[in-house]
Amino acid sequence: MKRNRVPLVVTALVLVFFYLPMVILIINSFNASRFGGSWEGFSLYWYARLLNEHEIWAAVENTLVIGVAATLISTLLGTTAAFALHRYAGTLQKAHYTLIYTPLVVPEVLMGMSLLLLFVSLGVDLGLFTIFLAHVTFCISYVAMVVLARLQDLDFSIVEAARDLGAGWWTATWRILLPLLAPGIAAAGLLAFTLSVDDFVISFFVAGPGSTTLPIRIYSMIKHGSPPLINALSTILLVVTFTVLLITQRLTQEKKR
Amino acid sequence: MQLVLARLRGRKLRARQIETRMRSKDRHRLHEWLVSLPSLGWLTVFFLFPSLIVFAIAFKPSNPFGGIDPGWTLDTIRSLVNPAYLPIIWRTLWLSFMTTLVCILLATPTGYYIARSEPGRQRLLLLAVIVPFWTSFLIRIFAWKVILHPDGAVKRALVFLHLLSPDTSLLYSSGAVLLVMIYTFLPFAILPIYAAAERFDFRLVEAARDLGASPLGAFLRIFLPGVRRGMVTAILVVFIPALGSYVIPDLVGGPGGEMIGNKIAQRTFVDRNLPHASALSACLMLAVLVPLLLVLMQQTQKRSQGKANET
Repeated sequence: MKRNRVPLVVTALVLVFFYLPMVILIINSFNASRFGGSWEGFSLYWYARLLNEHEIWAAVENTLVIGVAATLISTLLGTTAAFALHRYAGTLQKAHYTLIYTPLVVPEVLMGMSLLLLFVSLGVDLGLFTIFLAHVTFCISYVAMVVLARLQDLDFSIVEAARDLGAGWWTATWRILLPLLAPGIAAAGLLAFTLSVDDFVISFFVAGPGSTTLPIRIYSMIKHGSPPLINALSTILLVVTFTVLLITQRLTQEKKR
Repeated sequence: MQLVLARLRGRKLRARQIETRMRSKDRHRLHEWLVSLPSLGWLTVFFLFPSLIVFAIAFKPSNPFGGIDPGWTLDTIRSLVNPAYLPIIWRTLWLSFMTTLVCILLATPTGYYIARSEPGRQRLLLLAVIVPFWTSFLIRIFAWKVILHPDGAVKRALVFLHLLSPDTSLLYSSGAVLLVMIYTFLPFAILPIYAAAERFDFRLVEAARDLGASPLGAFLRIFLPGVRRGMVTAILVVFIPALGSYVIPDLVGGPGGEMIGNKIAQRTFVDRNLPHASALSACLMLAVLVPLLLVLMQQTQKRSQGKANET
């Protein structure tokens, strides 16, 4: 049967639409021109300039500290949440699922605003710690969803076999279930880390003086700074993201082999 | 006598059986609570409770130092009835609607195509759709800012082709906001439609074709109803976050492209009027609530169906 060409054409256009801006950005980062309007020769000047921007590196440090801490806690909480959702059914889990799912859809402005109001009304000082609390809150949902999907695909007969052969609940979970789930949990952790490192809106609402993260820094650079510097920084970040994504792809493929 | 004793013993035994069963049921409940409590507790304190606070603070008086004063007032709510907000509310709804519409129009053929591709190509295409989802949100907006910039290539090409007068600005307009919103939300629309299309039985389309349906007719009357659920999810996960857009209009919109999200941020960061900001947030939350309940109902329904299939 002859296939219609419209879906192919639309898909091709969508992919060009997705990638063209990023390609232009990467090319421009090697442009010697100050304004990026025209090509004035290949240069690594903007990358060299980036090394001297101490504020950026301080922001990178903050971002990584929050990213690692938020990833650890949210992976722990998200994984237990996925276990509960998978193992039990009933009213409690229905409420639990709603509470996990809603943050995925609620606009970020609302989440940032409500967390800011919580911290202000409790008198908590805004800073790295409040950003960490906020990041854990939205990362839990993503981790739980990824691990839950993996649990649903998992072949539980292996766990049952272990139980039949005399393994206790603890041994079966620790020695059989967790190793089987490990790639999924790792992928969820990487997703949480990426989301934390990338988050701007919520961090901006709950940030205090001296707690500038990289996205907050990039935002003020976009507003006031020099575009070529952002091009260079963006290119580095895109390369890091692609690397992380490749690792995740590897982790997810492992299961299928 | 023996008989009575035996019956008594039997009753005792049964009572004990029931008791142990009750105890194991209790233990089951206890386990469930223990496993659920960490995430349930965290999300109650840092998500559910703060969302409710928003409504309370909208009725609090503000003080000039950016804080919240004790007592209650209706002044903030009254100040919301302000004709200046009308164009912004209208623009927010209109831009979110248009974004959703264009995203669905582009995502449906794309999801269809990915689902019909052979496995190798399917994985590659899927990865290509997921990559923008992982890359930095600010950087993707910035990329468009460069492209639409008055000195940028697109502007100059359009002027060169006489499609645009040199004075019109591509950047800082609601058109720019719409374009970047579509760019940002399109992956969110493609994924659920693809997921539904992948489960769709394409032999149904072939059967319709054999029975004389036109390609378009088969697509509209067989395929679309088949992926209806995926489309509803796509519409909601684009429309709800779009209503709360803030960074996109802030960076590429200018004064002519402001949305409700910008007003919330301005009240928070510029005027330091938290009660006013929370009154606006409360309105946005109410606007989001209806589509949100719809998506939640769909999700829990899907889940309980999945559980029923398992057992």
